[in-house]
Amino acid sequence: MQSVAKQETMALAGDQAVAYAVKQSDVDVVAAYPITPQTIIVEKFSEYVANGEVETEFVCVESEHSAMAASLAASATGARAFTATASAGLALMHEMLFVTSGCRAPVVMAVANRALSAPLNIHGDHSDSMAQRDSGWIQMYAENAQEAYDSVIQAFRIAENSGVLLPVMVGLDGFTLSHTLENVEALSDADIKAFVGIRKLPNVLTHEGKNTAFRLDPANPMTMGPIALQNYYFEFKRQQEEAMKNALDVIQQVNSGYAEVSGRSYGDGLVEAYCLEDAEVAAICLGSTAGTMKTVVDALRQDGVKAGLLRLRTFRPLPVEQIRSALANVKAVAVMDKSMSFGGNGGPVFHEVRHLLYDADKRPYVVNYIYGLGGRDTSPTELRSIYETLQGILQAGRVETPIHYLGLRE
Amino acid sequence: MTSQEWKFTIKDIAEKPDLFLSGHRACAGCGPATVLRLIMKATRGPTIVTEATGCMEVISSIYPYTSWGVPWLHTAFETAASNASGIEAALKIMKRKGRIGQEQVDVIAFAGDGGTYDIGIQALSGAVERGHDFLFVLYDNEAYMNTGIQRSGGTPHGAATTTSPAGSVIPGKLEFKKPIANIMVAHDMPYVATASPYYWKDMLTKVRKGLEVEGPAFLHVFAPCPRGWRSDPAKSMEYSKLAVETCVFPVWESVDGQCKLSTPSKLVALAPQKKKPVADYLQGQGRFRHMFKPQNKKLLEEVQRITDERWERVLKKCGETSKTA
Amino acid sequence: MTSQEKTWKEIAPAGVCSKSSTGFLTGDWKTYMPVRDPAKCTRCLQCVLFCPDGAILWHPEKGDISFDYNYCKGCGICANQCPTSAITMKLAQE
Repeated sequence: MQSVAKQETMALAGDQAVAYAVKQSDVDVVAAYPITPQTIIVEKFSEYVANGEVETEFVCVESEHSAMAASLAASATGARAFTATASAGLALMHEMLFVTSGCRAPVVMAVANRALSAPLNIHGDHSDSMAQRDSGWIQMYAENAQEAYDSVIQAFRIAENSGVLLPVMVGLDGFTLSHTLENVEALSDADIKAFVGIRKLPNVLTHEGKNTAFRLDPANPMTMGPIALQNYYFEFKRQQEEAMKNALDVIQQVNSGYAEVSGRSYGDGLVEAYCLEDAEVAAICLGSTAGTMKTVVDALRQDGVKAGLLRLRTFRPLPVEQIRSALANVKAVAVMDKSMSFGGNGGPVFHEVRHLLYDADKRPYVVNYIYGLGGRDTSPTELRSIYETLQGILQAGRVETPIHYLGLRE
Repeated sequence: MTSQEWKFTIKDIAEKPDLFLSGHRACAGCGPATVLRLIMKATRGPTIVTEATGCMEVISSIYPYTSWGVPWLHTAFETAASNASGIEAALKIMKRKGRIGQEQVDVIAFAGDGGTYDIGIQALSGAVERGHDFLFVLYDNEAYMNTGIQRSGGTPHGAATTTSPAGSVIPGKLEFKKPIANIMVAHDMPYVATASPYYWKDMLTKVRKGLEVEGPAFLHVFAPCPRGWRSDPAKSMEYSKLAVETCVFPVWESVDGQCKLSTPSKLVALAPQKKKPVADYLQGQGRFRHMFKPQNKKLLEEVQRITDERWERVLKKCGETSKTA
Repeated sequence: MTSQEKTWKEIAPAGVCSKSSTGFLTGDWKTYMPVRDPAKCTRCLQCVLFCPDGAILWHPEKGDISFDYNYCKGCGICANQCPTSAITMKLAQE
């Protein structure tokens, strides 16, 4: 195993770390529109452009819908494309997200996760990206600025893999991560450039009978984005599902490949288990809250509680087997949701986890904790109460309240 | 602007192989199909086309068939210009990085009136403001034809559409045709022109000029739709001629803001006594049939008045008068 | 839907079209078909340009045009535009 590469410790907020990752990843086109709390990403990147530090066409589009359209079109032309957004911007792109995944364009996007209106709220929660979980995008969530940096870099490799060819969104919690300074270990430009490489295009058969690189090329014309009627649409969607399946392996491979260079690995790339081997009570969460939860778990362990945490780094594709085996011996699980699905009997992560546990050999108790909406801060004491509830469930042998709202004034 | 104008004869055009191929599913007599087919004969070299959702997109790309002999991308309804922006940016940077050859690749965005006047206008305005090097062609059949003839910002005053039907109380569309070409001129962009396919030589010269210009170019092309206009499919080119002769659709161009009347309209300006009444153009089109009823006489007069007013403004803008030169 | 249609494993991703539309013959749409009197035809080539379907071809080596009835939809634009009325629309045979 080669030795880990030399890295530089930089003081970067999440947004700045993302911008730096993009700077190093030989990105060809960045088409983006500013929205709090993503603005620092585009502002920082603009500085790189203005100072001639990157070889990138930076397109200051006039809306997020155009940002995704331009990114998709640039990607279809063969360029490596990146964009970033949050909240309403992501919602405005909704239509184009489906088109991008349907066109199998490996666009990478950072989402500074922020609440959706109304009422207007600029702070962090997952309602924006959760609302896009059906869009055919790979979805990953970073726990800290370091991971945001590492994941954006890995995202290019994951997206461009010929067995995947799906766009990837990397979420970092709005303000909590996007705007908070951390020590970030950054690899050298050369190492990152070597890791991401130049975008390799798969071959595709065109209507002229040519087997040629999948891009808009006047020498080898092809038609992309046709109308597919009832007799063909379904088959294209099935192809996307297969790509998601392949992504499960590719994400793990890229995670280990990156670990060889950087010394950093995020669980197996899909999920990160913390003190779960012998845990009786466990919580599941995404994003920055996991950091606080780990200290809560440590404190509980000190007090002799067999507590554990499962962080979902990848939410799409859903790592079904990994989640099932991580929770195999856990007796009570609290699924934490930083978003809601109104009228849906709980939050989106709760739905998915509870659903995949239906076929498990041993089904634990599963409850839902909805928390942190609109950037509502959750204290370690409040977070600890989740485990207290789980212990109470085990003692009573039943669930009193399936859905909790943590920190809500009731 | 090029110092050498592209010289071509009808034989030159007829000989050029089609890049918009036969076997497409456009209606018989489709004006936009003729427009696209001819415009693709005016391309000068490697070309990439992107298109908004609409008639010409749907009829030319029914999987697994395609009518495009050039690379072609469709993504959504609003996105002809935003796609073009992304393609142009990608070509630029990939050339700079030596990933593709240095040859010129022209980018053309096609959109109907929906994808230009209305849902597409934001992306168009943004792309033009950013100065991307591409040609945007509006094929204007004056309604959202592909979805069933609903009114658009380009539907003319008085026309009946499925969302502005000629009823007993409201006689068709009450609003006026958005002056889209003027809006584009107001963007201070390098090249804006209007064209009508009957005057194919004028149209194709303008296509070439639009391609040759550095920066964004906008071409507004009149494109009759026999289905939506309830007109005779055989007369699509005849209507494209009448529209100019009646001054319903004047043809002109704006080079860096300087407007110039084009020959087909100039001939009308020079011989105003030969200017045909608007009724010559309107009759025979089912979408205007109600205007010939006695109770709608005022509407017919209104349309003539608007046509004349707009014509006068075009003449003034182009530094012409309606008197003989 | 025919059994010739491919499975999801067989088709190119992202809907990249696999056939040129020249393989789709629209000629059976027509009710009327254009018939040209070569004696009246001046080879002005306007019909070649104005045909929405590219169904009239100019053959420079022959100095003459031909009609491709495989694609002609019988719209009648060619007949309507012909300056010498060399083209008439006749009811097409079955």
